[in-house]
Amino acid sequence: MIDNTQLKQIATLAKLNIDDEALDSTAQDLNNILALAEQLSQIDTDDITPMAHPLHMTQRLREDEVKEQDQSQHFQSIAPKTGKQHYLVPTVIE
Amino acid sequence: MSIHTKTVAELAQGLKNKEFSSVELTQSYLDRINVSDLNAFITPTDELALTQARNADEKIAQGNASVLTGIPYAHKDIFCTNGVKTSAGSKMLDNFIAPYDATVTHRLNQADSVMLGKANMDEFAMGSSNENSFYGAVKNPWDKNKAPGGSSGGSAAAVAGRLAPFATGTDTGGSIRQPASLCGITGLKPTYGRISRYGMIAYASSLDQAGPMTQTAQDAALVLNVMAGFDEKDSTSAQREVEDYTASLNDSIEGLTIGLPKEFFSEGLDDGVATTVMDAVKEFEKVGATVKEISLPNSKFAIPTYYIVAPCECSSNLSRMDGVRFGHRCEAPENLEDLYCRSRTEGFGEEVRRRIMIGSYALSAGYYDAYYLKAQKTRHLISDDFKKAFKEVDVIMGPVSPTTAFDLGSFKDPVSMYLADIYTLSANLAGLPGMSIPAGFSQKLPVGLQMIGDYWSEAKLLNIAHQFQQATDYHSQTAEGVN
Repeated sequence: MIDNTQLKQIATLAKLNIDDEALDSTAQDLNNILALAEQLSQIDTDDITPMAHPLHMTQRLREDEVKEQDQSQHFQSIAPKTGKQHYLVPTVIE
Repeated sequence: MSIHTKTVAELAQGLKNKEFSSVELTQSYLDRINVSDLNAFITPTDELALTQARNADEKIAQGNASVLTGIPYAHKDIFCTNGVKTSAGSKMLDNFIAPYDATVTHRLNQADSVMLGKANMDEFAMGSSNENSFYGAVKNPWDKNKAPGGSSGGSAAAVAGRLAPFATGTDTGGSIRQPASLCGITGLKPTYGRISRYGMIAYASSLDQAGPMTQTAQDAALVLNVMAGFDEKDSTSAQREVEDYTASLNDSIEGLTIGLPKEFFSEGLDDGVATTVMDAVKEFEKVGATVKEISLPNSKFAIPTYYIVAPCECSSNLSRMDGVRFGHRCEAPENLEDLYCRSRTEGFGEEVRRRIMIGSYALSAGYYDAYYLKAQKTRHLISDDFKKAFKEVDVIMGPVSPTTAFDLGSFKDPVSMYLADIYTLSANLAGLPGMSIPAGFSQKLPVGLQMIGDYWSEAKLLNIAHQFQQATDYHSQTAEGVN
């Protein structure tokens, strides 16, 4: 069961804010989903390997060659804030 | 017969025979979209469509046309389209003009098909009713008080409302098949890896797969021929030859063995849906198929498995939406943490925030083994059930959704909506191809028949669906006022 303190920790991990008045209902929703997930504890999976890829494919490798043209200006044109070809955010270190 | 009720195959023939031009065809669909109240499109692209149609007409005049040249379509707003807003149904990307084309977009452009607009969808493909769209719910053409299903609800409503002859969709847990079923159209989710995911905004990467949504199986084959293929830009794309999916449509299905999983016909399935699905199965028996009861014992765990795996992957995928490089940024952020948190809280809708939090929790220290690892192991068991089944049968059939289209606003809590995904999730978890085809009606609403095939059996599924559609006419029926 997730309580409101835990919920605040999860929100911090997820980089989301939750209003105080929405804490109870959000925790309830998440607990309902986790209650659904509890069904999985009935299954014996001791000798089962986890399935990471539906076709059990391994990562394809390629030569490290430059094929793309530099389009940084084009890609940065949709950014909220840029300067000198950098993405700008509020000052992190004073 | 009106032009807008024709299939892709018929329209391609009409363009070839110069019965109409692509510009005329495109304009007729744009006119329909502009007066439609279905809310099927987020961004209609009239001007671009007419430009593409003029180019297509030139190609046709020069004799350089392919099958889809000049054929209009609705493009789910999850596929990046260079220079055109690509919102994924989210406020987060309301200002996102994609700077490149998804591979699916590129392939459709190469085929000179005509994009009518970007189709409405549940935000980031999370939902089964299209009510989670920032741009409002889509209405089901069969009853405008009902949901079209989701997440490809705009795509399904566009085809069912004959606002487009075909549409693209994506299916992570049923998002092509369920809206296809609820809107009475044909939808195919191919084998995982068949169609490139490059430029398709990611929800749950190990489950996401694009596919065609059409009136007929023949049309789905024509569109899949263009969409499918290896793409070096997608590391999970399958290095496997693409066959001509139209080549075997007319093969006989005599001797076909159909498996009916007993778990798909148990408690919770609406009587009208069950009867319609079983009547459809009887049609196959008439043409020489045999039916066998099978069991997929772990399929009942598909819902908890999916609702752990998918949120985990989504919490990771959606971490890129941080207000820094693109998308929504909050006003006057106080510091970097505030920028991240406020941009994301403002930009994401409730269901997306909920799934991100479930994923963040399930992946966090101390909980990973109990949730994510456990779900990935159960996924293996679900997949093994299918492997066993396909040793005995050629195709698995059953319902797509426990009910026909439901009223907009009828699901009040998230879990009750999740439970309705019971029949579609397993195919995604196993990576298998699945289809929904119109099987009949229950209380005047369409019912879909689901077919699940073995890996890479798209051609077989399309063949079976085409044979069914040769014997029935459910796929060509439309809601009142649409024809």
